[in-house]
Amino acid sequence: MALALFYVAAAVALASTVLVITRRNAAHALIYLVVSLLSIAVIFFLLGAPFAAALEIVIYAGAIVVLFLFVVMMLNLGRRSAERERLWLRPGMWIGPAILVGVLLLEMLYVIVLDAPGTTRGTVVGPKEVGTALFGPYLLAVELAAMLLLAALIGAYHLGRRYLGDRREDLP
Amino acid sequence: MTVPVIPIEHVLALAAALFVMGLVGVLVRRNVIFLLMSLEIMMNACGLAFIAAGAKWGQPDGQIMFMLILALAAAEVAVALGLVLQLERRFDSLDIDTAGELSG
Repeated sequence: MALALFYVAAAVALASTVLVITRRNAAHALIYLVVSLLSIAVIFFLLGAPFAAALEIVIYAGAIVVLFLFVVMMLNLGRRSAERERLWLRPGMWIGPAILVGVLLLEMLYVIVLDAPGTTRGTVVGPKEVGTALFGPYLLAVELAAMLLLAALIGAYHLGRRYLGDRREDLP
Repeated sequence: MTVPVIPIEHVLALAAALFVMGLVGVLVRRNVIFLLMSLEIMMNACGLAFIAAGAKWGQPDGQIMFMLILALAAAEVAVALGLVLQLERRFDSLDIDTAGELSG
């Protein structure tokens, strides 16, 4: 029965991903992307990787999607953005994501209330083991990731400047 | 704490399906925002495959690779969204094909 949780979450992930790549509208696609990421986080939990599941929600669904949302909203500024947003977020649009997320919520309630009878042999790799390995043998990779993130920070700052490539005297 | 034993083939099949969906998104869509979302889907599918392999052998390495993919995705999306802003400013469009000046 616990195995069914995986298949349901996988079905939700596939359905929401199809909806992401077929939407016309960036805001709708982002909402479905959040659903897809949440269902993959459920799968991570079921695979015995709770730390990765938490990171998936915090960083992907939290940080990266919000970054997308910032840019989508930023690009609409000054272009009749108010009525456009009203068109984007009309009530009927929420039905699809709500159903998909409701399935995930039912799964969570099932696990919490009934304390899902998992079969054995699957093991949980907890945050402690991950941390020990991350700052042990993988310390160099952490340093490289830090350098990558610093480079990305500088690159994003440079690219995000308003008048890149324009002459100084063109500035208002 | 026990977790259900999920056949790794099925998890890998799911990861492959998600990856292919992301690839189709990259190939089909021409809006840069959707292109980037498809890239995120593909990276996420890779992460899922790593987590599945790590769970199969009960080792933390899969989760560590997932975290590195996460750092890569965050860095990529920060730079790429800066590029999106520049594209919008210069060409006044989000269509990736409008930026095809280099093709001559």
